[in-house]
Amino acid sequence: MHPIRKKRLTIVLFLLAGIGVAVGLTTYALRQNINLFYDPSQIAAGEAPHDVRIRAGGMVEKGSVVRDPESLKVRFRVTDFQSSVPVEYTGILPDLFAEGQGVVAMGKLDAGGSFVADQVLAKHDENYMPPEVAESLKKTADGQPVANGAAQSASY
Amino acid sequence: MWQFFHKLGSPKWFYGISTRLMPWLLVIGTALLMAGIVWGLAFAPKDYLQGDSYRIIFIHVPTAFLAQSAYIMMAVAAVVTLVWRMKLADVFVKAVAPVGLVITFLSLFTGAVWGKPTWGTWWIWDARLTSMLILLFLYGGVIALDRAINDEKSAARAVAVLVLVGVVNIPIIKYSVEWWNTLHQPATFKLTEKPSMPAEMWVPLLLAVLGMYLIFGWLACIRMQTEILAREQKTRWVKDLVMAGRH
Amino acid sequence: MAFDSFSAFLTMGGHGPYVWSSYGAFFVLMAALMISSLRRRRAMLDACRRNFMCQGKEPGRADRPAATFTRVEVSQD
Repeated sequence: MHPIRKKRLTIVLFLLAGIGVAVGLTTYALRQNINLFYDPSQIAAGEAPHDVRIRAGGMVEKGSVVRDPESLKVRFRVTDFQSSVPVEYTGILPDLFAEGQGVVAMGKLDAGGSFVADQVLAKHDENYMPPEVAESLKKTADGQPVANGAAQSASY
Repeated sequence: MWQFFHKLGSPKWFYGISTRLMPWLLVIGTALLMAGIVWGLAFAPKDYLQGDSYRIIFIHVPTAFLAQSAYIMMAVAAVVTLVWRMKLADVFVKAVAPVGLVITFLSLFTGAVWGKPTWGTWWIWDARLTSMLILLFLYGGVIALDRAINDEKSAARAVAVLVLVGVVNIPIIKYSVEWWNTLHQPATFKLTEKPSMPAEMWVPLLLAVLGMYLIFGWLACIRMQTEILAREQKTRWVKDLVMAGRH
Repeated sequence: MAFDSFSAFLTMGGHGPYVWSSYGAFFVLMAALMISSLRRRRAMLDACRRNFMCQGKEPGRADRPAATFTRVEVSQD
C-alpha cells in the first residue's frame, strides 16, 4: 500500500478507536441512567431511590393480581424470580398485561416499600408463535412445571 | 484485485454496470418484498399474545435492518473516501444518506404504531429507541453538512468524518437491548441461533428483508447515477451516452 | 389464509388502524422515494443533453439576442 494511504488509514483507525473508547466509557459511567427500569432485586437491595419517579420492571407474578371490584385499582407483584415488589395501580392496563408477562411500571416507591404506579406498560419477549403452538406448549409444560419455570426465567 | 478496485472507482464503468444490474434489482426486490408482505399480512398465523398487530413486524424489521446496514455501508465508503480518495465512495455516501433517512424514519414510525397497541405507549426513552432516533439525526446531519459545504472535496471529507464518528452508534443500537434494561424486546433474528419464531413467520420476514435490500441496491444505483451525471456532465462519455438516447 | 373473511382481514382483530397506517406510510414513502429518484435522474439526463445541444450550435451567432429570459444553465446542485 502507498505510504500516504497507510498513514491516512492509521489516522482513521485511531479516530475510530478514540471515539469508541470515549463513547464506551461514557455509556459505562451512565449505565444506571441508561437502564430504563430497576429490577425487583435492585429495589429489594435498596438501590432504587424512594419518593422519586422511577420505573420498575419484571414479570407479573402468577396468582398475584388482585383487582378491586368497584374501581380500576389493581394490585400485583412484579418479580425477577429472586425478589418481588408489590405494585399498586389505578387505570387501564395494556392489552398484553397478564400474569406471567413482562411489565414496566412508572411511579414512586413509598416508605413501606410498595410501588405506586401511574403508568403500566407491557413488555413482551422476542418469541412469536401461533396460538395453537402456544396452547400445546402450555399443555406439555403443565406436565413438567419445573422445566417451564426455568425456560421462563431465562427468556424474560 | 487492485485492478478491480480501480475499475470500481471509474464512474463510467460503474454507470454501465449499474444500468445492466438495475432492472434485476428492481424486479426481484419488488417481487420478494411483495411476496413477504402478502404472506405475512394474509397467510402467516397470528401471534398467540399480540394477535394481528404483530404483522407490522414484516415492515418494521426490514426497515430497521436496512437503516443500520445502510449506515455501515456509508461508513465503509467514508473510510475509502478518506484513505483512497475514491470519488465513487463519496458519490455513494451522498446518494444513500437521504434513503437512509427515509428508511430510519419508517422504522421509527412503524415501531411507534406497533408500540401503542402492544406496550401501551407510542414512545419511550429507552436505549434502543433513543439510539435509533440518534441514527435518524445522523442521517439528517450528513445531508445537512454536505449541503452546507460548497466545495466538493472539502464536503466529501467533512461528511466522511461525520459518518465515521457516528458509526459508534451502530453497536449501541444492536446491543442496547442486551446491555441495558429496555422496553424493546431482544432480537428475534440472530446470526448464530435459530430465530425465535416458527418458519411460517420467519420465512416471509426473511423474504421481505431480502427484497428490501435489493430495492435499496436499486435506489443506491439510480441515485449514484444521477450524482455521477451531475459531476461528469462535461465529459465525452456522458455526451456519447445522452446523445445516443440510451438511458 | 389466516383470516375467515375479507372484512376480518381489514379489521386485523381490532388492530386494523395500527397495521394499515404503518403499511400505508411504508408504501407511500417508499414509492415517493423511488419515483423521485427516477425523476431526478431523468431531469439530469435532459439537462446534460440540453447542455450538449447548446454547445453543438456555433457560439456567438449574430442572430442571438443579447439579453432575454432564455434558459440559464445552472447546475442543480
